[in-house]
Amino acid sequence: MKRVLVGIKRVVDYNVRVRVKPDGSGIALDGVKMSINPFDEIALEEALRIKERGAADEVVVASVGNADCQQQLRTALAMGADRALLVDTASAGGAPGGDLGLEPLTLARVLLALVQREQPFMVILGKQAIDDDNSQTGPMLAALWDRPQATFASKIELAGEKAIVTREVDQGLETLEVGLPAVFTTDLRLNEPRYVKLPDIMKAKRKPLDTLSLSSLGVSSRARVKAVRFEPPPQRQKGIRVKDAAELAAALKQKGLV
Amino acid sequence: MAGALVVAEHDGTTLSPSTSRCVTCASAIAGAQVTVAVCAADAGAVAAQAAELKGVETVLKVEQAANAHPIAAVLAPQLAQLAQLAGGYSHVLGPSTTFGRDLMPRLAALLDAPQVSDIMAVESPTRFKRPIYAGNVVVTVDVVDAPIIVGTVRTASYAGAPGGGSARIESASVGTAAAAHTRFVSVSASKTDRPDLQSARRVISGGRALGSAEGFQLLYRLADKLGAAVGASRAAVDAGYVPNEMQVGQTGKIIAPELYIAVGISGAIQHLTGIKDAKTIVAINKDAEAPIFEVADIGLVGDLFEIVPQLEKLLS
Ligand SMILES: Cc1cc2nc3c(=O)[nH]c(=O)nc-3n(C[C@H](O)[C@H](O)[C@H](O)COP(=O)(O)OP(=O)(O)OC[C@H]3O[C@@H](n4cnc5c(N)ncnc54)[C@H](O)[C@@H]3O)c2cc1C
Ligand SMILES: Nc1ncnc2c1ncn2[C@@H]1O[C@H](COP(=O)(O)O)[C@@H](O)[C@H]1O
Repeated sequence: MKRVLVGIKRVVDYNVRVRVKPDGSGIALDGVKMSINPFDEIALEEALRIKERGAADEVVVASVGNADCQQQLRTALAMGADRALLVDTASAGGAPGGDLGLEPLTLARVLLALVQREQPFMVILGKQAIDDDNSQTGPMLAALWDRPQATFASKIELAGEKAIVTREVDQGLETLEVGLPAVFTTDLRLNEPRYVKLPDIMKAKRKPLDTLSLSSLGVSSRARVKAVRFEPPPQRQKGIRVKDAAELAAALKQKGLV
Repeated sequence: MAGALVVAEHDGTTLSPSTSRCVTCASAIAGAQVTVAVCAADAGAVAAQAAELKGVETVLKVEQAANAHPIAAVLAPQLAQLAQLAGGYSHVLGPSTTFGRDLMPRLAALLDAPQVSDIMAVESPTRFKRPIYAGNVVVTVDVVDAPIIVGTVRTASYAGAPGGGSARIESASVGTAAAAHTRFVSVSASKTDRPDLQSARRVISGGRALGSAEGFQLLYRLADKLGAAVGASRAAVDAGYVPNEMQVGQTGKIIAPELYIAVGISGAIQHLTGIKDAKTIVAINKDAEAPIFEVADIGLVGDLFEIVPQLEKLLS
C-alpha cells in the first residue's frame, strides 16, 4: 500500500484580521472563522493528484488539536482524502484560546508516531502554519525520522524510488533529488486546491475518522516555549496624500529619499 | 559561559548580509560570545569576511566536499556536533531566510532543542519577541528548561554588524559526511544587476495591476533611475509577470528598506507584513480606499500607467 500522509492544521482563516485580547493574555478567537491552513490545502491537493495519477493508493490526513479539528478533517475528506486521524490534545491541556498550541518539536514527535503506524512513502506538510508562522515542523519530522526533506516545494515529480523537487528559495528555484520516503513542505505555487462539491461533503460523512490520544502515541506534551504576552504591532503614523507625480517627486526629494 | 553560534549563509564566495544581521542579534544576548560557523567546501574567503564583523570572537570553518551546497540534511548533523562540542553554546542562530528556515529546525530537532522563529527582539537570554499571524500580533515568549535554544532571526529587525573586527579563524573537524539520500541538482537564479531585494535601501514593488511582464518594464526603468531593487506582490508572481524570488510578504521576503514604493498593490495583510519595517512607504493606487493607504506615509491616488512614467522623468 503506497500511502501519503498529509498534515492538516486548523487555523484562523487567512482573511480574518485577528485581535489581541485587551489584557494581552491571548488572541480573541470567539466566533472567528476557522479554516484549513492554506499550505495544508495545497499539500492535500498534491497528495490527491499523486493518487489520481496512480502513484499512490491512499491519502491519510492527520490533525493534532482538540475535537473542533474534526471540521477541517471532514473538509479534507470531502476534498478526497481516504481516511482521517485526529490526535486529540484536549486532555493534555491542549491549546486553549490564544495559546499557541503544541510546539513544533512535540508535533513532529506526534507525526513521527503516525509515520511509524502508517508507513507512508511521502509526508506532505505546509511550509508554515499561518497562525504561529513557525515554519519548523517539516524539517523537524525529517530529522527525527532520519529521512530527506524538500521544503518550499513548487513542483514534485516522482521517479521510482526518488522525487525530483523544485524548491522556491530566496535566490530563485532550486532542484533537489531526494530518496523516498521523504518529507515535503508546500509553497503557494505548487498547485491550486480544488473546491469541495456538495455531494462530496455528504460522502465524506461516511469516511473513517479515528481519534487517538497523545499518550497512546507515547508523546508527552511538554512545553518549553511559553507565550507570556500578546500585543498588537506598533502602528505606523498617519501619512499624507499628494495629488500628482510632481508633488510626490517633490515630497521624496524634500525627505532626502531620492 | 554563554556562547552564541551563528550559522553563516553564503554562496561559497560571499557572506550574505543576513549573517551580519544575525551577528547583531546574537550580540544582543547578554554575555554571549559570538562564534560564526561557515560550512563550505572551501570556507576561506567567506570565513575572512565573517572575521571582519564587529562582535564576532571566533570563526569556525567546517569544510567538507559535501558542503558545497547548503543541504539541510547534510549540514544539520555537522552543526549539531559543533553545537555540543565542549558544551559551549547556549544559543544557535540562523537567518529566517529560506536557507535558515530549511536548516535550523532540522538542527533543533537533532539537538532536542526548542526553536524560536523570526526573533525580532532579544529581551533576555531566554525571552524573545516574535511576530505571529502575519505580523498582526507580536508575542513575547519565554524558553524554559532548554540547555540550548535554536532561533531564526528576522533579518529586517536588525541592522548589519559594522566591519572592522578581527575574529580568530579556526578549523573545526566534525565527522559525518554526505547524506546519500539527498542530491543537489541545480539552482537557477535570474541574473540581475539591480541591488539585492533583501538589503536594498530603496525598493519598488508592483502588483497585479501591472498586467504583464511588459508592464513591469515601467518599474524596472524607474528602479534603475533610483538605484532601487524591484519586488512584487504574490498576485504578480502567480500571474507569471516576475519570478518567485521577487515576492514580498508573509510567504516571500521580509524587507526593511528606507524607501518602499508600492505600485498597483492593494495592501493585503500578507503583503504588508513584508514591509512593516520600511522607513517610508509610498503607495500609488487608483483606488482611494485600497488598504495600502492605511500604512502609506505618502499616498497618491491615480493611474500607475500615467504616474510612473511621469515620476521617471521628474526624478531623472
Ligand atoms: C497563505 C497566503 C500567503 C500569502 N502570502 C503573500 C505574500 O507573501 N505576498 C503577497 O503580496 N501576497 C501574499 N498573499 C496574497 C494576498 O492575500 C493578496 O492576494 C495579494 O497580495 C494581492 O496582490 P495585489 O495587491 O498585487 O493584487 P490585488 O489585490 O488584485 O490589487 C491590485 C491593486 O491594483 C490597483 N490598480 C489596478 N489598476 C491600477 C492602475 N492602472 N493604476 C493604479 N492602481 C491600479 C487596484 O486598485 C488594486 O488595489 C498570500 C495569501 C495567502 C492566502
Ligand atoms: N496541529 C497540527 N496538526 C496537523 N498538522 C500540523 C499541525 N501544526 C502544524 N502542522 C503541519 O506542519 C506545518 C508547518 O507548521 P509550523 O511548523 O507550525 O509552521 C503545517 O502546515 C502543517 O502541515
